[in-house]
Amino acid sequence: MTALLQLSGLTLSFAGNTVLDGVDFAVAGGTIASLIGPNGAGKTSLFNCITGFYKAQGGSIRFDGEEMMRRKPHQVTQAGIARTFQNVRLFRQMSVLENVMSGMHCRTKAGALAAILGLPSQRREEAEILAFSEDCLHFVGLTEDFHREATTLPYGLQRRVEIARALASKPKLLLLDEPAAGLNAGEKLELQGLIARIRDQRGISVLLIEHDMGLVMKVSERVSVLDHGVMIAEGTVKEIQSDPKVIEAYLGQEDAEVDLGL
Amino acid sequence: MTAPAPAPPRPNPWGGLLQWLDTPAKRWIGAIAGIAIMAFLPAIFGSYATVILTNALLYVVLALGLNIVVGYAGLLDLGYAAFFAVGAYTVGILTVQFGWDFWLTLPVAIAMAMLAGVIIGTPTLRLRSDYLAIVTLGFGEIVRIGARNLEITGAATGLSGIEQPWLFGWYIRTSTDFYFVFLFLAILGIVVSVRLANSRLGRAWLYVRHDEDVAEAMGINRVRVKLAAYVIGAIFGAIGGAFFAVNLGAISPESFSFRQSVLILMAVILGGMGKIPGVVLGAFIVVLGPELLRDVGDLRLLIFAVGLLLIMLFRPSGIWPMQGGRR
Repeated sequence: MTALLQLSGLTLSFAGNTVLDGVDFAVAGGTIASLIGPNGAGKTSLFNCITGFYKAQGGSIRFDGEEMMRRKPHQVTQAGIARTFQNVRLFRQMSVLENVMSGMHCRTKAGALAAILGLPSQRREEAEILAFSEDCLHFVGLTEDFHREATTLPYGLQRRVEIARALASKPKLLLLDEPAAGLNAGEKLELQGLIARIRDQRGISVLLIEHDMGLVMKVSERVSVLDHGVMIAEGTVKEIQSDPKVIEAYLGQEDAEVDLGL
Repeated sequence: MTAPAPAPPRPNPWGGLLQWLDTPAKRWIGAIAGIAIMAFLPAIFGSYATVILTNALLYVVLALGLNIVVGYAGLLDLGYAAFFAVGAYTVGILTVQFGWDFWLTLPVAIAMAMLAGVIIGTPTLRLRSDYLAIVTLGFGEIVRIGARNLEITGAATGLSGIEQPWLFGWYIRTSTDFYFVFLFLAILGIVVSVRLANSRLGRAWLYVRHDEDVAEAMGINRVRVKLAAYVIGAIFGAIGGAFFAVNLGAISPESFSFRQSVLILMAVILGGMGKIPGVVLGAFIVVLGPELLRDVGDLRLLIFAVGLLLIMLFRPSGIWPMQGGRR
């Protein structure tokens, strides 16, 4: 099976500190994969490289047959990679619906003139944006409060709005940065179901960074472990849990056993 | 975990009016009533007031244009009068020096402003907003000093004898004629602003203003979106400038000073950035305020300034209330 996302020899350093050291990593199309590792291992940096926010110094990022290395973040999103943020980052002072509508921007094209003249094509497109955004909100389980200011929603719902916003960009691959952080047990269970549905019903591959091993174990088919910028293991959940290198990476951390779900 | 409930809206003098304007039909009635009142003002108040009101309507057009740049896209522009000057001088030069018809010069004026917007915007819109403020400040001065020293612009004395235009057999000449021209332009400016605010591009401006990084992550090309705001703002300025030139029949560099840029910016901030009724109100206050205080004599600018400071102190986000949305 050809990989949807293929990183090879990815290297990133800030002022002489190596953050990512020749990372090789792949996500196959149609899978749910997880990226785990101790704090400071470089997981979020890896996400930022894939999405174009950080410029890696070396290596390559191939997505769906195209090179992403020199692309700007908006071009990466256009190519079909959507993301959420570790700390929820919704647009302030804008409604839930307006937030989600931002995702549709790169899939639509009406310009200033079409809007000023109110052309039929523009009106049709606006209706499409509205309908698909509402559809994405329903998909993540929101049915009301679409016109409420997004940042006034309870935290768990804000996380879902962020996922809906990413889905509105019609991605092929969805990157979730610690989607379960700050959620209670019930919300985590719903998130688990949502991640599975994103893949099963929408055909979107998912890559998540997550500390909650319970969630990682239940949803992901493949797990990769990053430690100090080096990919130290890759395999199924079972293989990872018994890998001595992984256990060693987590040793010295107080919650090693908890983290690994042993 | 629950977030705090949204704060109740602050009481404000416009609350009742906004509540009444809750349906589109009522908004239409409000708009038609507003236009009807505006249409009768020249007949009621006479020719002196008509000239002042025409000037206020010019400021509405300019403030609406700057509002797209500052209010929607969040770009601080301290040299907006430059686009106003580009419009006015393009019309002035082509009609006076080359004998063109006004209506032929109008598209050229718009094209020149767009070109200037792209030239200034392309390199600077990649920078943070405060750098842009400095560059635009410089651009404004370059245009003014250029106009002051070039022969084609008539140097310090400027250009005079700019021909008033004909429109389908109507010779637009008297102050009342120009009042209606500017009333039309102001209404056009409001319609365009409302439509842009409720469009894909209008939302993109807000996304970029609130969080550039996330907007990029959502697939929005932030440089392009900002450039669009800058160029559209420039077009408003150029149209205002073009009609300003034919209205007065003469232009000079001092009409396009830094003070002019600041006055337009003041209209935008005073009324409330990004809020169209607020910006319109702000433009009227900036023009009519000093006029209404004329009886006070020498103290009028001082009193006007204190009034502005008090408004900013008690309503820092502008006179128009937030709940009116961005319309």
